[in-house]
Amino acid sequence: MKVLVPIKRVIDYNVKVRVKADGTGVETANVKMSMNPFDEIAIEQAVRLKEAGIAKEVVAFSAGVQACQETLRTALAMGADRAIHVVTDAELQPLAVAKLIKAVVARETPELVILGKQAIDDDCNQTGQMLAGLLGWPQGAFASKVSIANGLATIVREVDGGAETVEIKLPAIVTADLRLNEPRYATLPNIMKAKKKPIVNTTPAELGVDVAPRLKTLSVAEPPKRKGGVKVASVDVLIEKLKTEARVI
Amino acid sequence: MAVLVIVEHDNAQMKSVILTTISAAAKLSDDIHLLVAGSSCGAVADAAARISGVKKVLVCDAPQYAAALPENLAPLIVGLAQGYTHILAPATSAGKNVSPRIAALLDVAQISEITGVKSPDIFERPIYAGSAIATVQSSDSIKVITVRGTAFEPVIDSGGAAVIEAIAPIAANDSVRFIGQELSKSDRPELTSARVVVTGGRGLQSAENFKLLEVLADKLNGAVGATRAAVDAGFIANDAQIGQTGKIVAPELYIAVGVSGAIQHVAGIKDSKIIVAINKDEEAPIFQIADYGLVADLFKAVPELTAAI
Ligand SMILES: Cc1cc2nc3c(=O)[nH]c(=O)nc-3n(C[C@H](O)[C@H](O)[C@H](O)COP(=O)(O)OP(=O)(O)OC[C@H]3O[C@@H](n4cnc5c(N)ncnc54)[C@H](O)[C@@H]3O)c2cc1C
Ligand SMILES: Nc1ncnc2c1ncn2[C@@H]1O[C@H](COP(=O)(O)O)[C@@H](O)[C@H]1O
Repeated sequence: MKVLVPIKRVIDYNVKVRVKADGTGVETANVKMSMNPFDEIAIEQAVRLKEAGIAKEVVAFSAGVQACQETLRTALAMGADRAIHVVTDAELQPLAVAKLIKAVVARETPELVILGKQAIDDDCNQTGQMLAGLLGWPQGAFASKVSIANGLATIVREVDGGAETVEIKLPAIVTADLRLNEPRYATLPNIMKAKKKPIVNTTPAELGVDVAPRLKTLSVAEPPKRKGGVKVASVDVLIEKLKTEARVI
Repeated sequence: MAVLVIVEHDNAQMKSVILTTISAAAKLSDDIHLLVAGSSCGAVADAAARISGVKKVLVCDAPQYAAALPENLAPLIVGLAQGYTHILAPATSAGKNVSPRIAALLDVAQISEITGVKSPDIFERPIYAGSAIATVQSSDSIKVITVRGTAFEPVIDSGGAAVIEAIAPIAANDSVRFIGQELSKSDRPELTSARVVVTGGRGLQSAENFKLLEVLADKLNGAVGATRAAVDAGFIANDAQIGQTGKIVAPELYIAVGVSGAIQHVAGIKDSKIIVAINKDEEAPIFQIADYGLVADLFKAVPELTAAI
């Protein structure tokens, strides 16, 4: 079985994101970039499937600027076998990314595509479900457990009320939630080895995909700030404030 | 033209969050239709028809809609889509599961978790864990949207008298089978609609210690939430996680106990009316957004608080 894992390069989750003064976006100059945390979990799951003998090959995929190469190298160092990079400077929205992945799926014919549930920059949580729709494949979104046997994937999904289990026929789409696994760190020897693993470049045009955005961002603004409050000296003062000042108890 | 809202329910009762989705829909059109797709879901349709401001309730009652599987729901909704300018669902796990699939099948963008409606094609939504608010304009003919519940006032669930219209199901997709669900049982109010939420973080140290928060929550008729760290450590069930990638809450009173205040957590609590933080580290970032901060050992402060309320 071949597993395809789309990964996104995003601003590192530890960076305090700042809105640009002109309201066109957020500051990205000299900001640390990393693999989207959910995508690390997706890669880890694919590599574990390979280690368990269920998957034969793990192919990482990323669409975006040249620097996505670095992120793909990280995926290779974590255990992916090779990578595909759709190189473009264009703004990519989930529908466009899903179409690019679909085009790569047509070439690569994986039985399983594991994505992250959500990119922590756009917070969209769409691409996997969109890809499933475009391919007409079943989807196991927000997976906290994945077991594969006999051409079927049994997925435990995190839902608002608890957990839900679905069984889907391969080929299928899975999106990784936080509790699916704990991703490994790439070791130095593996980082060295990853340098020799192949990354193949392509472009949206070569894949025949129109990536023009459907949503236009008119402005990006700071959210309303909560004004800082006060420190209270004791539990008694706290209760007093909650009763008479805030009137919430 | 009309706007379609996808009703979330468990075949017996509709989820109250739908009232906030309808509230967002009301900013788009006064011709609001609801879709109740389920199995033996007549009671839900009846309740939906009583919601104030709703014109029509479409009911699709068939076994394949018993669980809200996107593989079955999406084609049904796509079949209805041409009659609508907007298709809205709540930004719940179910809404997020199905809406992108609908959008992709319609070849349109999906607009996630809107917090504001500026015009029929301009919406506000948070990005980067709420560190920024984007205003986006859609050029698609049909707008598929999920709505953040805490950002809209619920409409009234009575007084309406919508027409109920049965629609035909679409053949079940055989590539997916619903096996079952394990829902957390609790007599406490639901996290996303509770008036009071008491949240525990890694500072609680164990599942056992979470009982301290449960007693406090019960006294305040509140719900118990958690940070990712507390959930990952196994102190409490996954569905208690609040934040960027968990639930969004906006109670009257939010009490954070042993929570540092990471941006990913704060993303889910920012719209609370009053935030209280109890943390032994006076430098903890949570104090920057708390209305009332108490620098104290939670193991001393929480029992004291519970006793005094
Ligand atoms: C992709 C991604 C998504 C994430 N999504 C979420 C999310 O949705 N929700 C979420 O919550 N987190 C999320 N996180 C994790 C987030 O970054 C933080 O790691 C997490 O919120 C920290 O939880 P915490 O405050 O419980 O733990 P810590 O940061 O460890 O804080 C514990 C606090 O308890 C205090 N404390 C300890 N003992 C006591 C005591 N006896 N009395 C009083 N105070 C005490 C300490 O001073 C400390 O401030 C996400 C992270 C990533 C990378
Ligand atoms: N530009 C991209 N390149 C590769 N994968 C992506 C890209 N954008 C999104 N994805 C994948 O889609 C998931 C969900 O992203 P989103 O729908 O944007 O929240 C991510 O976790 C990735 O797995």
